[in-house]
Amino acid sequence: MADAKIKIKNLYKIFGNKPDQIMPLVRQGVSKQELLDEHKHVLGLSDINIDIPAKRIHVIMGLSGSGKSTLIRHINRLIEPTDGHVIIDGDDVMQMSSDELMHFRRFKASMVFQKFALLPHRTVAQNAAYGLTIQGVDEGEAVERSQRWLERVGLGGFEKHFPAQLSGGMQQRVGLARALATDAEILLMDEAFSALDPLIRNDMQGILLDLQKELHKTIVFITHDLDEALRIGDQISILRDGAVIQDGDPQDIIMRPADDYISDFIKDINRGRVIKVSTLMTKAARASGPKFETTALLEDVLTTLNQSKTDSGAVVDGKGKVVGKITMKDAIQAMARPKRLETGTRYK
Amino acid sequence: MTLNWVMLCIYWGVIMLEFFTEFPDMSRRDLRDFKLAVDAAFRDFSRANGEAIEGFFDPLLWFLIWLEKLLVATPWPIILIVVAGLAYLGSRSWKLAVGSMLSFALIGYFGMWEDTMSTIALISVATLLCVAIGMPLGIWMAKSDRVQSVITPILDVMQTIPIFVYLLPVLMLLGIGKVPGLIAVCVYAMPPMVRLTNLGIRLVDKDVLEAANAFGANDKQKLFGVQIPLALPNIFAGINQTIMMALAMVVIASMIGVRGLGIPVLQAIQNQYLALGFMNGLAIVGLAIIFDRVSQKYGKRLQEHRGGHDHG
Repeated sequence: MADAKIKIKNLYKIFGNKPDQIMPLVRQGVSKQELLDEHKHVLGLSDINIDIPAKRIHVIMGLSGSGKSTLIRHINRLIEPTDGHVIIDGDDVMQMSSDELMHFRRFKASMVFQKFALLPHRTVAQNAAYGLTIQGVDEGEAVERSQRWLERVGLGGFEKHFPAQLSGGMQQRVGLARALATDAEILLMDEAFSALDPLIRNDMQGILLDLQKELHKTIVFITHDLDEALRIGDQISILRDGAVIQDGDPQDIIMRPADDYISDFIKDINRGRVIKVSTLMTKAARASGPKFETTALLEDVLTTLNQSKTDSGAVVDGKGKVVGKITMKDAIQAMARPKRLETGTRYK
Repeated sequence: MTLNWVMLCIYWGVIMLEFFTEFPDMSRRDLRDFKLAVDAAFRDFSRANGEAIEGFFDPLLWFLIWLEKLLVATPWPIILIVVAGLAYLGSRSWKLAVGSMLSFALIGYFGMWEDTMSTIALISVATLLCVAIGMPLGIWMAKSDRVQSVITPILDVMQTIPIFVYLLPVLMLLGIGKVPGLIAVCVYAMPPMVRLTNLGIRLVDKDVLEAANAFGANDKQKLFGVQIPLALPNIFAGINQTIMMALAMVVIASMIGVRGLGIPVLQAIQNQYLALGFMNGLAIVGLAIIFDRVSQKYGKRLQEHRGGHDHG
């Protein structure tokens, strides 16, 4: 990745009474179980290295207990690390003084929370303006400036309501507006849509993707939901037991799962709606048959090829130039889950 | 040989018996010396510093006297209107406002107007003092477990120690009068304010506080923007409890020279005046019910709107 906005380097987090004394043991490779049994310390995060590109949505996925919520709280240092660095635009967040950190949180990174975490005694308008009032903007101006964002997330007309009067989905829109209103370049989303029911969640993902098209923020998105990760993620890091086990774009993860754990994860995915033509094509300058965009989905390819009664099609780029070729055989093959790791050694 | 052994055992037995039946206390003389020493030390302390301490409380005394005079001097119809107005503002209930006004009118009709005004002055100053000291103390306690572990036992002592016991040093220092009465009331009435402020702030939703942190709020912004507003229902319960307990202390305060509804009650006890005792006792109850209902309704209203008036 050429321009990593956020570089997480050798990050460790140990929970317990004396994490500093345990740190050398972790470096020597003492296992997580042994740390817990013999030293009564929990290894929360272990040697995390992630490069998060600018202006993209980077999803960190893992099941509960994998350390994903702990990890995102290191980016704005709501949790102190035991060891390691989080470097944002060349500055190490871990070395910041408390004033610098406050400034960083006010202007550079805002956050959306799983449980919304709105202020119950403030109106929707005042909640959306919260980040700005913390920055020192006076209340009236802050409400005015955040109004635009409330309207952008579809909450125009609800300004005078209190959070308790809104549904979960609407409350999270307020949470999103509050985070956007500060104009921070980095948006941290901690299971932001996990508490919502599936239809609303889908809506919210749509809103986020629409917003991202114009705003181009650097978004770190935590989720335990693979469908969600595949839908919104430009990059996905999969976390298990406090360690990154695979890092790649969605296609990569679907086609080349790093280990059995991830294979299990992706086995129930509708591959036809996730895998893109660009992943399957073989490079070619000329090809015949129906034409597909590189971003076309496998599902559509199969239908079209089947209807056109040809064995292969041409893949074209945005300008209509042929860049590759896709065969019916490859397409069908891709629908089947990969057996067991052919490429398993690529990752630890 | 064996006889000697038997004798020895009996001898020891008698000694041990005495040891176990009589507590091995310090000698009477030592005890008397100890008490005398403590008394003398405190007497010296109060002689040396009594005036300075009295001077320290003077502003409080002036304020109390000023408020009492103001209430007594204000024409009664104005007081009645103010009472009804405050009751309505607090509770938004006409029933409560009219009820309060009627209670006051009745109290006045039975000749207890002036005493009631004195009592209200005392309760108001005591409550203000308790809030002014108790709330910051509660906030400080909520911030640090160590502070909490020190203050909690002190509050326990304040609430359980017999009132007359702590009145003793106060009287020795300041003599009989309004200020010692005020201190006695506050010692008893402040603990719920401190406890409930502490509890309220500790119970503030951790997620909301984390959000405030994530947006870069400093301590002051967190305290006034999140912690106090969210703790307000509990803080209000504390103020309500403080008022109630202050009212309960009115009779005791009158024993050390505080004017008000307590004095007639005291006279009634000493002379077995049944009617006088009940009239003044019921007046205290009436005040208590009015204060309680109005402040509770106000507290509830804050909760319903979740602080709709708060723009801070």
